[in-house]
Amino acid sequence: MIEVLLWAPLAFALAAALFPGRIAGWVVAVGGLVSLAMAIAIVVGFDPSGGLQHTVDESWIPTLGVRYQLAVDGISLFLVLLTTVVWLAGTVWSALNPPERPRLYFLMFGLAETSVLGAFLAQDLILFVLFFDLMLIPFYFLFGSWGTEHPGRPEEDEGPIRPQPATLKMFIYTLVGSLLMLAGAIATGVLAADGGSVDFNIQHLAADPLGSGSQYWIFCFFAAAFLVKMPAFPVHGWMPDAYRVAPLPALALFSGVLSKVGAYGFLRVVLPIFPAATSHFQEVILVVAVASILYGSVMAFTQTSARLILGYSSMAQLGFITLGIFSLRADGADGAVLNMVNHGLVVAPLMLIAVLLVERAGSDDIRRMGGLATRAPVLAALFLIATLALLAMPGSANFIGEFYILNGTFQSKIVYAFVAAIGIALAAYYALRLYQAAMHNRKPEGIESREVGLLQGAILGGLIACIIGLALWPGLILHRADDSVSGQLSATSEAPTEVAQR
Amino acid sequence: MSFNAPHIDYAGLSPVIALTAGLVLVLMVGLFRWPRWVLPAMTIAVVAVTAGLALWQWDEQQDLVAGALRLDAFGLAVCLITCLSAAIVVVLAIREPAAEEAGYGAFYALLLGSVLGMTLIAQAQNLIAFFVALELLSIPLYVLCASARRAEPSLESGLKYLVIGSIGSATVLYGFALLYGGSGSTEFTGIAKGLAGDNGSDTIVLIGVAMVATGLAFKTSIAPFHQWTPDVYQGAPTPVTAFMAVATKAAAFIALARLFEVALGPTADDWKPALAALAVISIAVGNIGALGQDSLKRLLGYSGIAQAGYMLAGIVVATEKGLEALVFYAAAYTLMNLAVFAVVVARERESRYGDDIESVAGIGRSRPLLAWPLTIGMLALAGLPGTSGFMGKLFLIEASVDGDYTWLGVAIVIGTMVSLAYYLRVIAAVWMSPEPSATPAPSGPGAAGALPAISGGSPEADAIPKGASRCWLIVGSALVCGAATIVFGVAPSPLIDWASHAAGSLTTTVS
Repeated sequence: MIEVLLWAPLAFALAAALFPGRIAGWVVAVGGLVSLAMAIAIVVGFDPSGGLQHTVDESWIPTLGVRYQLAVDGISLFLVLLTTVVWLAGTVWSALNPPERPRLYFLMFGLAETSVLGAFLAQDLILFVLFFDLMLIPFYFLFGSWGTEHPGRPEEDEGPIRPQPATLKMFIYTLVGSLLMLAGAIATGVLAADGGSVDFNIQHLAADPLGSGSQYWIFCFFAAAFLVKMPAFPVHGWMPDAYRVAPLPALALFSGVLSKVGAYGFLRVVLPIFPAATSHFQEVILVVAVASILYGSVMAFTQTSARLILGYSSMAQLGFITLGIFSLRADGADGAVLNMVNHGLVVAPLMLIAVLLVERAGSDDIRRMGGLATRAPVLAALFLIATLALLAMPGSANFIGEFYILNGTFQSKIVYAFVAAIGIALAAYYALRLYQAAMHNRKPEGIESREVGLLQGAILGGLIACIIGLALWPGLILHRADDSVSGQLSATSEAPTEVAQR
Repeated sequence: MSFNAPHIDYAGLSPVIALTAGLVLVLMVGLFRWPRWVLPAMTIAVVAVTAGLALWQWDEQQDLVAGALRLDAFGLAVCLITCLSAAIVVVLAIREPAAEEAGYGAFYALLLGSVLGMTLIAQAQNLIAFFVALELLSIPLYVLCASARRAEPSLESGLKYLVIGSIGSATVLYGFALLYGGSGSTEFTGIAKGLAGDNGSDTIVLIGVAMVATGLAFKTSIAPFHQWTPDVYQGAPTPVTAFMAVATKAAAFIALARLFEVALGPTADDWKPALAALAVISIAVGNIGALGQDSLKRLLGYSGIAQAGYMLAGIVVATEKGLEALVFYAAAYTLMNLAVFAVVVARERESRYGDDIESVAGIGRSRPLLAWPLTIGMLALAGLPGTSGFMGKLFLIEASVDGDYTWLGVAIVIGTMVSLAYYLRVIAAVWMSPEPSATPAPSGPGAAGALPAISGGSPEADAIPKGASRCWLIVGSALVCGAATIVFGVAPSPLIDWASHAAGSLTTTVS
């Protein structure tokens, strides 16, 4: 079942190459649907206290000690579901209005979904790194080939941004991190084996951690990979350019899911395998997280491009998630898992809504938008719900997630919690600013307010329904994630840290 | 004391005999006029038979020709790799003016001669045999480089290669003399015995080791002895460049490994840091040098320097795992590089841009069957997952960490990051650039030199009729190499087992 879940998107995408371009998108969408069905089946049959489930363990490269190991647990469960939901939405959205060279475009969609799912499911460290690196390739093609030139910010003497250089920048930035991670992963396995047979199983590595000297430098390699991917504050340089040129449906997937892989990596790999280093560097990462929250929020309410507002808001939200993980408390990490799913569900529809805004206003500059709500009540309602969820309105699942995160942080590092709390207020400002500027205000000349189409509305409606569903029933995730999260944290809480005394 | 005629093991020598006989045959048959497919087909048949015989002898392990050669899978691996590259190079040379004009089958005979040299050098375990094989490998290549006789760059490239190659050979020979002086033997095992103990740290011996390393570094284009590589690669006819890039490299590395592991094993502590330093310099020089290149052949030349640095890591760690990684990488590198070169050859004929990066611009739309192998090859050279290049890097890094050279593994990774900038530039040209309009012929500084068709004034390049320039065999070989690169990236175990068997056969000799 888990293998069908993983490989169906790629298989259908390869098959789609045999079909005419018109229906290639729909073939890939069927693959996404198969994956979604499998994901739902796994969620339904999930045993909250069962640890790793649906385990697949096959020999792959015996000489190097690499095994093909997949499994799902409480942490990856809903991220897998999120991936399949968002991907299906993005694929159908693109299939409705296929771009040029559709077969290649949708092949990349399928490849991307498989590699992201692979990263969530992999239980072998090398396999994880492989999928982690692999997912960059399809997005390189998607952003580079189907990206559009963005005028930039002429008022700040910024010239137009072309897709190719922006994409190259993104690729190199991200791969610098992940290649270092590859070296770190190999070193972990080889050093842990200590002359014996090499084994890269994450749980086996966690059971027998390295000496703290090795942990420190390998931790830095892994942290670099994950922080760039998110992106976090000092290493986000690729994000503004890449977000402005990317094709929006692909960006919805990228922003909605890929940024979570970094945070997931911390929970899955770093905390259990490098407990000593995690405690050692806890403060550093917390500072990075808080800086991301503040910087992302401030940038989000000074930008005029809708894409960048969403991009920087993601940065702030990912800061919260990192904060929760590195509070090294079960509450905080629970909230982080919940918010990973929440944020993916919120930002994906907002990116798709941005497609509609750009269609209507002709650019993504919110100063040229306005009054789009007048003739489009459904669009406005959908947009409003997503916006309120983005700013973590009480009643939304995002609120619950942030509450858990801050609760965890308060108990371990109270100073950071106070500073981070400012971020919530800032979020309200930038989220409402985007909504207001686009939907309310006076309608400028030459912009028409048009209702969302039926099919596109259905896609958005589906995603919004997921948001509402989670808001009503966040325990769905928290209940299932709790055991696994505690398991990941057990290594760090056992390690002698100053966490508890503070 | 009676004289015993040496026992000749014909079965063990059969690959070498087949190559020699084939070489002579091709040369003789080439004296007469035949349809143009006869000689290439014969050459491919010869290398196919050789490869078959090598596979037949795959499990054998014994000394040949009074101990001058060693028959083991390690040497035969080179035979297989070079036979494969030679077969594909013959396909690439179809309709190549150099191959058709270099009179009477000389092109093919020289190619086979070089393959013979490579097979021998990988098996040699005697300094004399090693040097003879080195020359047999090199001299045909000097001629092949210059075989496009009417194109000035080709002649220049041949001359340059001859001069530099001779310096390299001479340096190796001096080094051998010193080694013989220091150890009192020309046999690899004898040298190892002679160098054991205090002898190994003798100044004469160390100078000898350094000179051998330097000379072979010229051949394998390891920085800082690499300056000839981009020029020669660019000037030589592209199929010859492809052959040099893959086969020479594989053969020279395997030979280097045998020489250093078997003969110079006792001095390992002295040469390991030196080779590690060379590896890092190569990685840095190759990757940085490739960044500004517009000519694909120059770019691949620099990339080859960097790749040589990666492969050297396998020798540096001097463990069985390192050798396995080396053999695996050499085989994987052959496939991915041939995929790329096949596309370069095809585009050189189809477009008017020679080997400039413009020649592949926009082929994602117009020639997808060429675009895919090129993309796969570039991704593999960059070591991205899903390709055999990733597995090769994984293997090399794991071997480095395992052999206490973790920093070398990190150097490989950092080199890979830099390399992305130029490999991706090619991919971006393929998929994300519009095809240059066909009408205006290229001009200006960017095109000069890169274009034998205009700069050398060679009429034969223009004489190829447009329709005939699309050769399905070339596209086919590009696709096969690209597909193999993906297959070994997803299921590398067969190739890894093959490499392990090859490397294992050498380590049993050592111990």
